[in-house]
Amino acid sequence: MIDQLTVFLENTKGRLTAMCRALGQADVQMHALALADTTDYGVARIICDDPRGAAQALADAGFAANITKVVAVEVPHVPGGLADVLECLEKANVNVEYCYCFVDAEKGATVAFKVDESAIEYLEQAGFTVLHPKDLYKA
Amino acid sequence: MAYQDEITHMNRDELEELQLERLKQTAITCYENIPFYKESFDKVAFDPYTVETLEDIRKAPFTTKQDMRDSYPYGLFAVPREDVKEIHMSSGTTGIATVSGYTENDIHAWGDCFARGLGYAGTGKDDVVHVCYGYGLFTGGLGAHYGGLAVGAETIPMSAGNTKRQIKVLQSMGSTVLCCTPSYAMHIADTAIEMGLDPKKAFTLKSGIHGAEAFSDQFRENLEDKLGYKVFDVYGLTEVMGPGVAMECDRQAGLHVAEDHFFIEVLDVETHEPVPDGEWGELVITTLTKEASPVIRYRTRDITRIMPETCACGRTHRRIDRLHGRTDDMMIIRGVNVFPSQIEDVCTAFPEIADWYQIELSREGGLDIATLKIEIKPDFPIDEIRKIEALQKRLQQALKDELAIKIGIKVVEPHTIQRSEGKAVRVVDLRD
Repeated sequence: MIDQLTVFLENTKGRLTAMCRALGQADVQMHALALADTTDYGVARIICDDPRGAAQALADAGFAANITKVVAVEVPHVPGGLADVLECLEKANVNVEYCYCFVDAEKGATVAFKVDESAIEYLEQAGFTVLHPKDLYKA
Repeated sequence: MAYQDEITHMNRDELEELQLERLKQTAITCYENIPFYKESFDKVAFDPYTVETLEDIRKAPFTTKQDMRDSYPYGLFAVPREDVKEIHMSSGTTGIATVSGYTENDIHAWGDCFARGLGYAGTGKDDVVHVCYGYGLFTGGLGAHYGGLAVGAETIPMSAGNTKRQIKVLQSMGSTVLCCTPSYAMHIADTAIEMGLDPKKAFTLKSGIHGAEAFSDQFRENLEDKLGYKVFDVYGLTEVMGPGVAMECDRQAGLHVAEDHFFIEVLDVETHEPVPDGEWGELVITTLTKEASPVIRYRTRDITRIMPETCACGRTHRRIDRLHGRTDDMMIIRGVNVFPSQIEDVCTAFPEIADWYQIELSREGGLDIATLKIEIKPDFPIDEIRKIEALQKRLQQALKDELAIKIGIKVVEPHTIQRSEGKAVRVVDLRD
């Protein structure tokens, strides 16, 4: 599974900027950012090239940041591509907590799913490419 | 033998006889030496020379904080200025302070009162007392300091602030007793943990004497778990002396009042009539030995009760219960009386949230809005919003069960609620 960097952010002016700046200063490059927002706060979910280092850097800077395990799957960049992946998960009775997409110049479209680890087996059996940490993290 | 055991175990009859003798003297001294008391006694035809029993003091009028402010700076001194050796002041939100003077005997008595509490906590000559109450006009620092000296312990006058240095000194000096507000003790513990230390192992603390603000039993337990020591409550106020008026013993079941120095009453908040022992009301204190600033029937605005049973520890001085709060701290939210300590009791039952909280009161369309700000702990699964929302709902329901009013819950980032080095700011009232 892939380590997702998760950050709790209060809905106050400049908080998202401060987080991004702190990541930049820690030399962390983001591949994807999805922001779930409520009235009072937001939760940023981030795929990056050094999630552990990023979580530590943010915690040191006073952010509520931790690591969440997600599954990243390459999705054929064609109409219906994501539907195929979701059908596979549905057949296997895997519940999707949330998901978000990102596009990589080399790999094409990728989707990060918050699902049970068992999903990996079903996806690979169905012929999908599940990404591994080495595909996304810097060496 | 603990400090002044002979006094704290005094036979009740002898103690009350001593109280009466001192009460008569105090009432007469106030009448003869302080114009404010002459006037206020005469106004209600209270003759201090007719005091025959302890109950007779009930005929005397109250002294309020406002009376003290009106007498600023030294209108309530009973001795010539040359006999006053120390001054403390209590700040007020209105800006005018109340002043308390101490003669040499007053300072000794103060040290004795605090030292008894250190004795209750097992402190003696071999101990190192680390004082990080603020030193200065606030009575916390010097009160604990005089107590440490009286009991013969090595006393370190740290004062409040610079938490990392506090931690360093706690480690290097082998401090065994920590004196500060409970919220600052928590801040020290949390900071040590953030620095990668286990305070239980890094420090050699045996006990903590924590007062100047109300704290819940759960907060005490959390502190004891984090620091691996035993927490003792202490009560006092500048207007009658400072910390040491009442101190908790190792039974942790109420605070023994230094009854040879203070006469206490607990009165109904509305009617000001005495309530039976065991019932809650406002604590009213008359000093029995204070020379420079004696006070007759001071309305403390603190809510407590006299605990009717004799304490299992064998000491005869009566106990007051741990404070419910101050009448000043009491919030009226949509007509319901709420003490911050009630909210704290609910919060501390939720391990998911940190020990810091703040209540914000505002008004929208004529309606009171109460919002409780909480910090979630670093290991909370923040990525699932429904879990955060579920926590908010459970907390809100628990508060509604306890207080019968709806309180909004706002989850905030760690360290955004202001940490205190003195008294914690638990309530922010933005209502006009």
